[in-house]
Amino acid sequence: MTNQITSTTLDNGLKVFLKEIHTSPIISHWVWYRVGSRYEVNGKTGISHWVEHMQFKGTPTYPAGILDRAISRDGGMWNAFTHLDWTTFFETMPAEKINLSLDLEVDRMVNSVYDDSEVASERTVIISEREGSENDPLFKLEEAMQLAAFENHPYRNEVIGSLEDLQSIQRDDLYHHYQTYYNPANAVVAVAGDFNTTDMLDSIQSRYAKIPGKKVDSLADLREPALQAEKRIEVTGPGETTYVEIVYRAPSASEEDFFVVSVLDSLFTGPTSLNMFGGGGVSNKTSRLYRALVEKELAVSINGSLQATADPYLYGITITVRPDSSPEKVLKSLDDEISRLMGTMVSQAEIDRAVKQARALFVYGSENITNQAFWLGYSEMFNEYSWFLNYIKRLEKVTPEVLMDKAREYLSSHRRVVGIYRPEENHS
Amino acid sequence: MSVVINNQLQSSFPGPHDIHRKVLANGITLLTRSNFNSASVVISGTLGAGSLFDPADKLGLAHFTALALMRGTKNADFQTIFERLESVGASLGFGASVHNTSLGGRALAEDLPLLVDTLADCILNPTFPEQYFDRLKSQLLTGLAIRAQDTADMASLTFDSLLFPGHPYGLPEDGYIETVSAITRQDLVDFHANNYGPTNMVIVVVGAVKPDYVFDLFDRVLGKWENPNLTAKPEFPVIHVPKKTIREHITLQGKSQVDIVMGTLGPKRHAPEYLAASLGNNILGQFGMMGRIGDAVREKAGLAYYASTSVNSWIESGSWEVSAGVNPENIDKAIRLIIEELDRFRSEPVLPSELADSQENYIGRLPLSLESNSGVANSILNLERFALGLDYFQRYPSLVREVTPEQILQAAQKYINPEYLVIISAGSKPGRIKTK
Repeated sequence: MTNQITSTTLDNGLKVFLKEIHTSPIISHWVWYRVGSRYEVNGKTGISHWVEHMQFKGTPTYPAGILDRAISRDGGMWNAFTHLDWTTFFETMPAEKINLSLDLEVDRMVNSVYDDSEVASERTVIISEREGSENDPLFKLEEAMQLAAFENHPYRNEVIGSLEDLQSIQRDDLYHHYQTYYNPANAVVAVAGDFNTTDMLDSIQSRYAKIPGKKVDSLADLREPALQAEKRIEVTGPGETTYVEIVYRAPSASEEDFFVVSVLDSLFTGPTSLNMFGGGGVSNKTSRLYRALVEKELAVSINGSLQATADPYLYGITITVRPDSSPEKVLKSLDDEISRLMGTMVSQAEIDRAVKQARALFVYGSENITNQAFWLGYSEMFNEYSWFLNYIKRLEKVTPEVLMDKAREYLSSHRRVVGIYRPEENHS
Repeated sequence: MSVVINNQLQSSFPGPHDIHRKVLANGITLLTRSNFNSASVVISGTLGAGSLFDPADKLGLAHFTALALMRGTKNADFQTIFERLESVGASLGFGASVHNTSLGGRALAEDLPLLVDTLADCILNPTFPEQYFDRLKSQLLTGLAIRAQDTADMASLTFDSLLFPGHPYGLPEDGYIETVSAITRQDLVDFHANNYGPTNMVIVVVGAVKPDYVFDLFDRVLGKWENPNLTAKPEFPVIHVPKKTIREHITLQGKSQVDIVMGTLGPKRHAPEYLAASLGNNILGQFGMMGRIGDAVREKAGLAYYASTSVNSWIESGSWEVSAGVNPENIDKAIRLIIEELDRFRSEPVLPSELADSQENYIGRLPLSLESNSGVANSILNLERFALGLDYFQRYPSLVREVTPEQILQAAQKYINPEYLVIISAGSKPGRIKTK
């Protein structure tokens, strides 16, 4: 991936990242806001995600429904996502149509209407979205795990919010949240694709410079001390399949330890792809845990998950238990594998392998302009763009000694939550 | 406003000027397109060994065989195969649909020989080791148990079985618990021996490699492959439209959301009205925020997180489906709203402005669908599979613009009759779930 980017900060605090790519007549334009579940308080969980939905409900210039039609008519793709640390909106358009995208994003940064009837309609849509997730046993387990993994940090809540909060949040709550967090000083605009940088910068400045920036108060230090003792939870529900999930407190993305744990993740459960669009993944059948659990016929599958976040979040391992095995056997074998990781030096070859896997995933992600624009803004939400540029180099610095040391620190059993989903009797 | 697709843009689409095609002596068709903008390469392909060859009591055999190809060969065991691939960040996989076994892989361009050698070894020399057969069967059965609890999967499965009775399109490629349980290791050996061959194989390679290099690589590893014992394709019953509305609810307790799948037959890919149906479908349940049906069910009524339509067109037939996820209390209301929209869709022509929107959408989004190597590879595979011609993307804007509201109305009236639908819902029983 080429590294030629232009970045600047406007007087109102808006950060802008531009990257010219002329391989296809496409431009991908993203606007990122530093707001997500990390910024929510009890009683208002899910409000960031709901605000994201409301941003599709229109402004005086672009009433509801007009935007869908306008983007689709021009052959564009658009969507939005809300996560722990951020909310983002993007359009990928034929290059000659990008002005529509630039116009609508600057418009809805400040002019969204939040009509009462739209709020009411969207309440049922979002509850329906949550109900769709609840159909999945792993959602129920993960929701319980997050609550157990943090005492107070908002990371303990599902991004979509609790049903109780979704039933009680009102229009003015949403509008206040919108007005607090949606402004240039709390946003990053990232554009990649087939444009001229000078012209694009002019386009962005002329649109955004007139909007005043309102600095958002910094959050208090929300980080929690590591867990002092292992927690165990059980969830029951319909189905015939048993799942085990283990979450460990992970380092935040800005810590050097994050790169060590990334290598650990790669060799223990297979590499996690950080690409949002395109690229696919790499299978994990030669990872240590797959060999220990699936090859030994204790589990059907294993998956690891490590996310780049502003505050320390979680490294999760999800295991689908074989019907002729048991969670207890799985956990015993998992602990044996972790003991081996802590007790026997990992070879440099295993680390080199993890680095090559990461390099391949980055190359796959660079095929896609939407994904490249995603990266321009994404790393700014938890660190800065140089994080992305230096990612491989920092992985390469990981040594076997450091890896063993950090495995002992992060994968110790008192720092984790163990969750089991057991099928209920007579439920299916 | 009109999307202008100029000559320069059209020539940037894959076409006869940059897709290279070669048929090997044994019948394997190779297609390749170079892209040196990224250091990666993608392989996508098919061979004619789909689930249509599955015995009724061993449904899932083509799928099982495809997944077992990588569990061991005469030259490498399971861990060796995946060690080769994963250590360089490459991936390879096989699967099965009704007509084909599919293959897909990706690697850094420098590792293409490794990927091709592994792919060929798995296709030519699988040994289906007993130990891995048992393990894979257990994994497949667990997957089916999970599927049995998935409301969307169960609604879709039941819909297909009632829309295509007695036809492979009505049967799940991954089988049922009892049919997969009945499959033996020898069944896999036999299925591979009788149905895997070069005759109908198509392979597409897109990425940072030159055409001659690709052709030589595949000629070297697959050029001598022959199988004179291939099974002839079986005959299947003619597919008829439903003669009445069929309504079923699959009860899965403890589920918060009910998934609905409803619809009828749709055009096959070669039907003259295919493109009119596809554009009409875009208006009905895709365009913008899921078209007219999304507008009625999600945006206006707030009943669902999703409510959209799809036209699925295959070799022999197709389906025209509406899918929605709703609270159990709202099933009947959502179905009623959907039927109202279907009725309107087949009663009056779409507005010229609606059609113009969808035409611009179809033409304008083409560059987006063709920006990644995998997007290009899958598109080229479809050109070959449906004999659309290598210049299809150059002709495509004209084909789209030629569609009229009357053609869409004719397509709608040919396929959609709100009196004769298959309507399936899956989830908790209405009234048995918590209320809002």
